[in-house]
Amino acid sequence: MVDRRVIADEAAIARMLRRIAHEIVERNQGAENVALVGIRTGGLHLAERLTPLIEAIEGKEPMLGAVDITLYRDDVFIGLPRPEVGPTELPFRLAGNNIVLVDDVLFTGRTVRAALDALMDFGRPKQVQLAVLIDRGMRELPIAADYVGHSVQTTGNDSVRVFLSETGDEDRVILRTRIPDES
Amino acid sequence: MSPSHTARDFPHRHMLGIADLDADDITQILDLSETLRGINERPIKKVPTLRGRTVINLFLENSTRTRTSFEIAGKRMSADTINISGSGSSASKGETMLDTARNLMAMNPDVIIMRHGASGAPALIAQHVNCAVINAGDGTHEHPTQALLDCATIRKHKGIPGQGLKDLEIAIVGDIDHSRVARSNILAMTKLGARLRLCGPATLMPRNVESLGGPETQERVRVCYRLDEALEGADVVMMLRIQNERLGAGTSRFANTREYSRYFGLNRKTLALAKPDAIVMHPGPINRGVEMMPDVADGLRSVILDQVAYGVAVRMAALYLLGGGSLGAA
Repeated sequence: MVDRRVIADEAAIARMLRRIAHEIVERNQGAENVALVGIRTGGLHLAERLTPLIEAIEGKEPMLGAVDITLYRDDVFIGLPRPEVGPTELPFRLAGNNIVLVDDVLFTGRTVRAALDALMDFGRPKQVQLAVLIDRGMRELPIAADYVGHSVQTTGNDSVRVFLSETGDEDRVILRTRIPDES
Repeated sequence: MSPSHTARDFPHRHMLGIADLDADDITQILDLSETLRGINERPIKKVPTLRGRTVINLFLENSTRTRTSFEIAGKRMSADTINISGSGSSASKGETMLDTARNLMAMNPDVIIMRHGASGAPALIAQHVNCAVINAGDGTHEHPTQALLDCATIRKHKGIPGQGLKDLEIAIVGDIDHSRVARSNILAMTKLGARLRLCGPATLMPRNVESLGGPETQERVRVCYRLDEALEGADVVMMLRIQNERLGAGTSRFANTREYSRYFGLNRKTLALAKPDAIVMHPGPINRGVEMMPDVADGLRSVILDQVAYGVAVRMAALYLLGGGSLGAA
């Protein structure tokens, strides 16, 4: 049996992103030298949404980039289906800038580890911060987010998925729980 | 999370020839090399994907560019690449190919890239090793990565996005008989939907080459013995090298290079028969003044150096797709 629960709807996601935008601006004292880097593909959509929100607060758009981590994964060859490697686009210098990595769900931390390695191959950022929409816990690496939309306690039987209008879905976050049969 | 949603894995253990690949496999490799190409333009030209994997370049026939290209590709994917070349290797001391294979296996490589003067040598090795084997040119059989880099270059310059090489008119001119590049290209380009004109002296044209890949190639390949016929309205002109080392003494296929150049050489005048925006290709090394005049080779329509750049990217893609699995399906 599978239990499906909506843990955030469109309005909730919008509120989380507005708050994260404010926190980013506060922590970095403006939008100067701030670059949002989305982790493909969910994180990139969120970074694209944060950009105008930060501009509305500060009157200045932060820089925007994308990383694809496929080539940096530690499980590339363990049952990875047909690989689809997207481009990494960082149209600015990393040196001297505060990079905010953006992802949809923070889970084991392995994706973020891979994204950090990918970033470092392009330069030496002044600082790297991490923004996630959902932190579902269960970390396997010493990695923590600086900005969190919503934290939720999960177990290994759960999966958390963020659906966004950019991919043709209704904005929502769904927590699925597999309940083992009792027989 | 990972952007991989498509169900199918790359279903091959080795890359022995284009004959084993279908259009979908080829497109997958070309798409991947398009992405990997970007790595070669970054300040740090390396990704950690194949860290700890060992790639052996076993080149039992002379080659500099293909071996270098594979070596760079392996290094950029962080694999350890080791070169073994023909002269000075145990092959020249009389070791059999299978003994060489067994000895290499004892070193636990993940990929063996093999070039050999005998057609079928990589396929033989592949049966006796438990790692991936990539054919880097065997006799007059196939040279799959060359065909893939040629297709990548053509697709970039002439293809309609999402449609491969559909309905492009491609002329391949020169010594078709000795050319594994031509054989691999005939198979690859027709699978991607192109139409081919093969052209060269009758003495360098294998019989029934149209049916190399069965009915599929037969209806898409035309043989011409006159250059103007092959070039007229072509989107792509690929000149092959006159391989003096293969045209051994006593088997003269044409009178001399001057005569060959007069009838089959590409110069500004003959190139004018092709479409005005046609691209010019050559697998290298060029015999300047024989199959191609310098003004064409260095001209604006030449994409020869693009081919070299795609060579590295395509080989990175091949290593990525084949170099990872422990023991995939055969």
